[in-house]
Amino acid sequence: MNIRPDPTFHASPKLAMEAPPENFAYTLMLSPDFSQPDGLAVVDVDPSSRKFGKIVHSVMMPNKGDEFHHFGWNACSSALSPLSGHAFLERRYLIIPGLRSSRIYVIDTKGGPTTARLHKIIEPEEVFAKTGYSRPHTIHCGPEGVYVSTLGGGGKDGTEGPPGIFIMDCETFEIIGRYEIDRGVQDKHYDFWWNLPRDYMVSSEWALPPQFENGIVPEDLLSNKYGHRIHFWDLRGRKNVQTIDLGANHQMALEVRPAHDPVKEYGFVGVVVDTTNLEGSIWTWWREKGKFHCKKTATIPPEPAAKEDLPPLLQGFEAVPPLVTDIDLSMDDRFLYVSCWGTGEMRQYDVSDPMNPTLAGSLHIGGIARRKKHPNGKVYGGGPQMVEISRDGKRVYWTNSLYSTWDNQFYPDGMPGALVKATAGKNGGLRFDRKFWVEFPEGYRSHQIRLEGGDCSTDSFCYPSV
Amino acid sequence: MAVVASGIYHGVNPGMGWPLVVSAALMDGGSRAFFAALGALSVGHFLAMIGILLPFAAMTALVEWQSEIRIGAAIVVVAFGVWLLFNRRHPRILSRIPPSRLALWSFLVATAHGAGLMLVPIYLGLCLASDPDAGHQAAAALMTQNAGLSVAVAGVHTGSMILSGGALAFAVYRWLGLRFLSKGWFDLDLIWALSLMLVGGIGLAVAIW
Repeated sequence: MNIRPDPTFHASPKLAMEAPPENFAYTLMLSPDFSQPDGLAVVDVDPSSRKFGKIVHSVMMPNKGDEFHHFGWNACSSALSPLSGHAFLERRYLIIPGLRSSRIYVIDTKGGPTTARLHKIIEPEEVFAKTGYSRPHTIHCGPEGVYVSTLGGGGKDGTEGPPGIFIMDCETFEIIGRYEIDRGVQDKHYDFWWNLPRDYMVSSEWALPPQFENGIVPEDLLSNKYGHRIHFWDLRGRKNVQTIDLGANHQMALEVRPAHDPVKEYGFVGVVVDTTNLEGSIWTWWREKGKFHCKKTATIPPEPAAKEDLPPLLQGFEAVPPLVTDIDLSMDDRFLYVSCWGTGEMRQYDVSDPMNPTLAGSLHIGGIARRKKHPNGKVYGGGPQMVEISRDGKRVYWTNSLYSTWDNQFYPDGMPGALVKATAGKNGGLRFDRKFWVEFPEGYRSHQIRLEGGDCSTDSFCYPSV
Repeated sequence: MAVVASGIYHGVNPGMGWPLVVSAALMDGGSRAFFAALGALSVGHFLAMIGILLPFAAMTALVEWQSEIRIGAAIVVVAFGVWLLFNRRHPRILSRIPPSRLALWSFLVATAHGAGLMLVPIYLGLCLASDPDAGHQAAAALMTQNAGLSVAVAGVHTGSMILSGGALAFAVYRWLGLRFLSKGWFDLDLIWALSLMLVGGIGLAVAIW
């Protein structure tokens, strides 16, 4: 506990943007064949450092087969909420769930990123016993502690009961229990985020464990059995108040990105693929007079490709779907970054008018058919995937892996871990940083990125940017 | 004096709610939201004060037991301070209250932190000072008189609390800016617990002598 709020807590998004830039990035390393333990890598991202773009520290876990995916902090700017009285927490612990094992690791970063070390392990049995959920995924620091979304319910294959969110104490990491009092029709889960002062939460749907653990199930996709709804919740009342179906053909609604400025009552969600035409899409949701609405506001077309350039899964289509697997919104709510993991493109949309995103920048790298190299000449397997934006909006980092078994289906030629960086122009436009290329240890892939002191998908704010 | 001072103390403590007023004014744009939030906080705080003081007003009718009540009350206040000193975790229930119910939040937060208890020794001291020969009056009359006094104490306390908290909220809203919130917010938990022990201790000393 501190006597004053952690210096990385900011009352408004504007104050967060004015904070000093990050010197380190954390990223997860996963062993896709489960032959080695997963780990956390600390990357030097200070351009003036001799070790710029190098892994300067790593923490390897004592188990194998966890499959790291997303992770997050025990505390963030939401601690400055005038309601919670938790202003004196420290942004100190990274909570890393194993998506495949349901084991949760807590890493202590006190003393600096390069001293990060294992603090606590929560075994899967404890997660199952206390929540009835499995396969923990997204982490957000919220009103009553750390909120963790899960993708599975109980039982061996995670289909006994719906998945949901559970809450952990943000200092002792005791699992407190389930979040939901009334989940309504929600039966699948993926991402969630909220507007704290407006007191609502939004959650999305990917799939149930049998639909993703052993790879994508083409029959389920073509019969529109993956998630296609988003749910709106009374955050503190813990009730699902509204569900919007995007239409069954809009398969896999993943990342939920509300505007950072809490005075704005809108946000975005990305849809991986439209099964009628292979398009990827961006949807804008908003609240008006207490009701939520959602509309498709941008589409990304598939790209035709020769059969021999495609993996067996896509040969019948003779096209590459863009596969919108991650989106991220800059802290000033101006630019939305969209990963097109299939076509190998990072798109930057100007969303100053959230109902009318306009393409402001684009970079190609990797891709199922394009296989575009990094400007430094290195081969980039996969496509742009987990993307993270610096608080000031000037630097954008991304990795290439989606999920072990899916990587192998879409990119059967292999996918060495990659983490690259682009710089964003003041009024849009993207440029690769040629000097930044992270080499991962042999056999590892990389997933979500977290930046030192917070980033654009971590902190939630209780005061507007005025 | 002590009633006003305790009001100012509670008012400037961020834990008692002035940042909520800033948030409300910024979120909903303007002075109407500012005063609505301030009003809701004061209602909750007043109810928390009166909720603690009124039972003591009723008990003061038991004049024979006067010094026992005062000693007991002082011990309760000190004990609560000690408990807060060692139990530094915030009750989770507070973060479950929706932001739209500020009065309830204010009531619960004041109660959970023993804000009303802090007033008890002060109040009992005032009862004694206002009427040194309470023993000659009818119990009913005494109760009415002390109930009136408890309302006055809670009112004056809440008034000074809301003026000081409101002034600080207004200063942050208009001039200091949100940066003050993270720079100027100190952890008062320790000092708060010690204040309870101090007030209780003084009450105890006065009651014994």
